[in-house]
Amino acid sequence: MPQLPPEPKSSEITPPELYARRREFLKTGALFVATSVGVGVGLSQLSSLGSADPPKKPPPVPLPEPGAMPWKIDRRGQFKVDEAQTPYEDVTTYNNYYELGLSKSEPAEQAFHLKSRPWTVRVTGHVAKPQTLDIDTLMRWFGLEERVYRMRCVEAWSMVIPWVGFALADLIKRLEPTSRAKYVSFKTLLDPQQLPNQERRVLPWPYVEGLRIDEATHPLAFMALGLYGAPLPGQNGAPLRLVVPWKYGFKGIKSIVEIGFSETEPPATWNITAPGEYGFYANVNPKVDHPRWSQASERRIGELTRRSTLPFNGYANEVAHLYSGMDLARSF
Amino acid sequence: MAPKSRQALIAPAIVTGWALALAQLGYRIARHQLGANPIATALNQLGLLALVLLTASLCATPLKHTLGWTWPLRVRRTFGLLAFFTVLLHFLLYLGPDQGFDVVGVLSDIGKRPFIAVGFIALVLLVPLAWTSSKQAVRRLTFPVWQRLHRLVYPIGVLAALHFFLRVKADHTQPLIYASVIFAGFAIRLFAARVKSKAKRARAIATGSASI
Repeated sequence: MPQLPPEPKSSEITPPELYARRREFLKTGALFVATSVGVGVGLSQLSSLGSADPPKKPPPVPLPEPGAMPWKIDRRGQFKVDEAQTPYEDVTTYNNYYELGLSKSEPAEQAFHLKSRPWTVRVTGHVAKPQTLDIDTLMRWFGLEERVYRMRCVEAWSMVIPWVGFALADLIKRLEPTSRAKYVSFKTLLDPQQLPNQERRVLPWPYVEGLRIDEATHPLAFMALGLYGAPLPGQNGAPLRLVVPWKYGFKGIKSIVEIGFSETEPPATWNITAPGEYGFYANVNPKVDHPRWSQASERRIGELTRRSTLPFNGYANEVAHLYSGMDLARSF
Repeated sequence: MAPKSRQALIAPAIVTGWALALAQLGYRIARHQLGANPIATALNQLGLLALVLLTASLCATPLKHTLGWTWPLRVRRTFGLLAFFTVLLHFLLYLGPDQGFDVVGVLSDIGKRPFIAVGFIALVLLVPLAWTSSKQAVRRLTFPVWQRLHRLVYPIGVLAALHFFLRVKADHTQPLIYASVIFAGFAIRLFAARVKSKAKRARAIATGSASI
């Protein structure tokens, strides 16, 4: 007769009632795990919806390689901020471009809808010759210049961006405005096929902006066609956008299809939408707070601590004289 | 295990789910997956998570009135407490990493800006509710007093939704969804209370124990 192993001690034997309940025990465990995971996923999903902005990575739109500009840059270094430049990836994935989506990451995802060629810009109003200009013609007129500017968003964050483009003053001179042209206005493309979020009336479309003519002809005012040496990605306002470095970012109207010259102050989208919060001038001013948050400091994208916001975004020496005699707390 | 002991596990399962959601957020911060402005994104997500939890706790009573469900009542406290801890994290993230522990600046912001004040008041009002959330606290305070105190959760819900509404720049869809859920809950409660008091009055008349 073969030797059997010793029997387990009676203390090690599973009690019969527990043995009978093992299936229930497993079932309960599975239910617990399923409920936890379900609640966890539900909470994660709900709390990262819409306004809370879940950035998705990588952006589905292939970006142009930085430096792969198909044309040559003639001038650089004349206007340069000596601060670390915001990484290309951040500049092209953290955008406010409501026509392409309300969150910061959506514009990068939706930008493939926007076709930047063929593209024309209408010139209207008080100019010697109202006309329609092809974007490639515009590019050849002045040659290309690189400028590294600070960009301060009204939402209290900022970047340092190397733009490529030409001085707005050069364009205005060439368009020969008449003496009645006191303001310059800009209009974004209106085409829900290319800017899908224009289907939603979150703002009155098309987006419009404007500058006083002396602001527009200031040497710092810039028309950008590219950044980081590459053509502008759609989310940054391809193919042509305004850059006014001493003003909040929302003045920098994107994907421009019309430039007008008028005698009276043109409407500006955020200003007409919420006049108490966004002024026509929108000069960066640490002393004039947005009603809902302070403008005294800002977060430079990529930095952990906040930095103080500078009057006119650090360009006070160049531009403060444009506003002498004005009450900047009232004309904000 | 009997269904009864399973019910006792709903609350721990919800807490575990909340911890998983926070862990996922922490993981995404650590792996630089929150985009160019991770502090702002984490602030938004914690704020919205708190509102979701608060709204869930406010749904318990309306669900009982409308669908006859009673199990949400048993997890109401869990949701409420988790909402409180999430709001606390949301505030600490704002105070510390976002504002660099500039206490004076934060206090002046609370004083000056309705958007921030509304959120802060909601947090302050949640403290006594979290403090008296235990069964012992109900006994200590007696149920009617406890119940009256915990009605503070209604203004807190309104303040939380308003805080979200004021934060949004152009698209108010999401805050309005939460506000409507909260207000629908209020309407259901009021309706149920009216039906109940009518029934009570009718009973009183029928038994002749009261003259109205």
